[in-house]
Amino acid sequence: MALPPYASTLERVWHYAYHVICALIFLFLIFPILVILPLSFNAEPYFTFTTEMLQFDPAGYSLRWYDDLLSSEEWLRAIRNSFIISIASTVIATTLGTLAALGLSRRHMPARGFITALLISPMIVPLIITAAALFSFYARIELSQTFFSIIMAHVVLGTPFVVITVTAALASFDEQLIRASSSLGANQTTTFFRVILPLVLPGVISGALFAFVTSLDEVVVVLFLAGPEQTPITVRMFSGLREEISPTILALATILVGISIALLTTLEMIRRRGERLRGLSPG
Amino acid sequence: MQDATPAQLETLKTADGTPLKDSIRKSERRARIRAFLLVLPLLAFLVITFIVPIMAMMGRSVYNPEVVNYLPNTAEALQEWEGEGVPGEDVFAALAKDMVQGREDRTIGRVAARINRELPGARSLMLGTARDADEMQPPYKEAFIAEDDRWTNPEFWGILKRESRLITPSYYLLALDYEYTPQGNIEPRPEIYQVYTDLFIRTAWMSVLITVLCILLAYPVSYLLATLPLRYSNLLMILVLLPFWTSLLVRTSAWIVLLQQEGVINDLLVGAGFISDDGRLRMIYNQTGTIVAMTHILLPFMILPLYSVMKTINPSYLRAARSLGATPLVAWFRVYFPLTLPGLAAGVMLVFILAIGYYITPALVGGETGIFISNMIASNMQGSTAQLRLAAALATILLVLVMLFYWLFNKLVGVERLKFG
Repeated sequence: MALPPYASTLERVWHYAYHVICALIFLFLIFPILVILPLSFNAEPYFTFTTEMLQFDPAGYSLRWYDDLLSSEEWLRAIRNSFIISIASTVIATTLGTLAALGLSRRHMPARGFITALLISPMIVPLIITAAALFSFYARIELSQTFFSIIMAHVVLGTPFVVITVTAALASFDEQLIRASSSLGANQTTTFFRVILPLVLPGVISGALFAFVTSLDEVVVVLFLAGPEQTPITVRMFSGLREEISPTILALATILVGISIALLTTLEMIRRRGERLRGLSPG
Repeated sequence: MQDATPAQLETLKTADGTPLKDSIRKSERRARIRAFLLVLPLLAFLVITFIVPIMAMMGRSVYNPEVVNYLPNTAEALQEWEGEGVPGEDVFAALAKDMVQGREDRTIGRVAARINRELPGARSLMLGTARDADEMQPPYKEAFIAEDDRWTNPEFWGILKRESRLITPSYYLLALDYEYTPQGNIEPRPEIYQVYTDLFIRTAWMSVLITVLCILLAYPVSYLLATLPLRYSNLLMILVLLPFWTSLLVRTSAWIVLLQQEGVINDLLVGAGFISDDGRLRMIYNQTGTIVAMTHILLPFMILPLYSVMKTINPSYLRAARSLGATPLVAWFRVYFPLTLPGLAAGVMLVFILAIGYYITPALVGGETGIFISNMIASNMQGSTAQLRLAAALATILLVLVMLFYWLFNKLVGVERLKFG
């Protein structure tokens, strides 16, 4: 992107204008997320900066919203519910999705295209339609407003990510290794756990992380399936944003941004490790 | 093995004496079954907990069981009736019989409520007469009319006949702002009730607008990311990936913080003297709010596929075009842009499909003018005035639109040309 020394004036102007445009777009992407971080330490119950905050007066800042969040029985229960739902659905989705991806990657898989399309379809169907369908489905079999129905719904939404990432990981898998393993006397189970799994594990982990975040973030389906006993943080946050609007939500949002950063870092580390193993180190 | 001709294969035998060809076929079948068995758990799970519920929902959008199930004799008797004026004695006799049975089974209330939705007042008429139905003597027609002269209303009978079919298109008509008249004709609904087609059109054009905005914002940024040295682009990539991984509720609340009338941007504008304190801009709880917040939420879905395609484009193509005499614009348009199309197409598909079904963000920042069809589906699913079958019809139309777009896209671009980040 460096400007060559023979560039014309017009090219120079465009070059700088282009960089300013890009900077503005990056600002658009990141500013909304950065702006809520300081506001969650606001001493006043407002969604905007007070004069004290702008003057960096310590009196303008406080941890009251964090205190509010972590001492409220309701919020704590919502956090607990969210983790129960996300962890359970991630475990099931990862197991089912990895098995399916192993089957889909086999050379002899029948009707591969059609079955893949079917397995990926929960990603394409709009969430509100999934919610509408599952809402009456679980009501009819009298399982609505149970953890079971929500976890099953989140397994449905999470598996496409597992199938896609594990299939991608398996695409670069060398089938000779399986033959080598069995020629050395390993049975199928041993081959799977000692040869296949270690090599596709990065794909399985990223798939699991995707499934976990999908479940942790999901609002639409839980909004219709969860009763008061199962309310997760997203639904509390959604109704909070609709009704009371208090900076407690910003404190929670800040914590969630922290979780996103942790997940993003983990995924990036997995990716770099994979690239290093395949001899493609990033610059 | 490759050297063996089919005839030779025919004669080759394995150790136990079976022809090799059969043996291979058998082992291939075993391999196919084994592959399928690995997929089966997830496939079965998805069919039971996803495909079947969606099919059931689609079925519900045309299902109309009340009159057929709870007034079976009346429904049958009405088949004979031409639909002019008031039906004859046989229909009234059948209705009397059904009403006695319906009171015993406690189902008469359900069918009354169903008809009441088409004709207000029908509920009280039916329940009132049903209370005395077991004491009625033939001729029933006179007995009914003596009980309540509204039984001579031909409109009621027209509706009852119309609804005595198990499958009805009426929820689809409603979802497209048409309605059945009691005579069974299809007419546009009165203008004040015409909300759904407008909302479908608005959902579509707002989704198109958001997709276009995403293209305009994603293109320059992806190009920069793809052409910068990895050291810098990896750093800048965080600015794309962090919003991508941040909860959409967090991002929606951030836009509420920024855009509301007492919010950060209005404060900034007032502080800088661009607007007066009472001239604060209304940027949220309307279309502007929905468009801004959704563009922000969906932008990474455009940047990531574009970036991954642009990264593979050799920059010397552009230099070659320039050296062959193309101006920068021509080189860009004729050489670079066509090469980015697979990424652009992937981004467009992702953003448009996600946008058209969006619910949460419009519900929070859309106010009245910024809501999408999904919000209408949701409101028809909730509360005391819930109309589940209308919600199912609206959802089915939306699903068909999404599938149609997906199919069209697949036809034009091909899913196999898709590249994700």
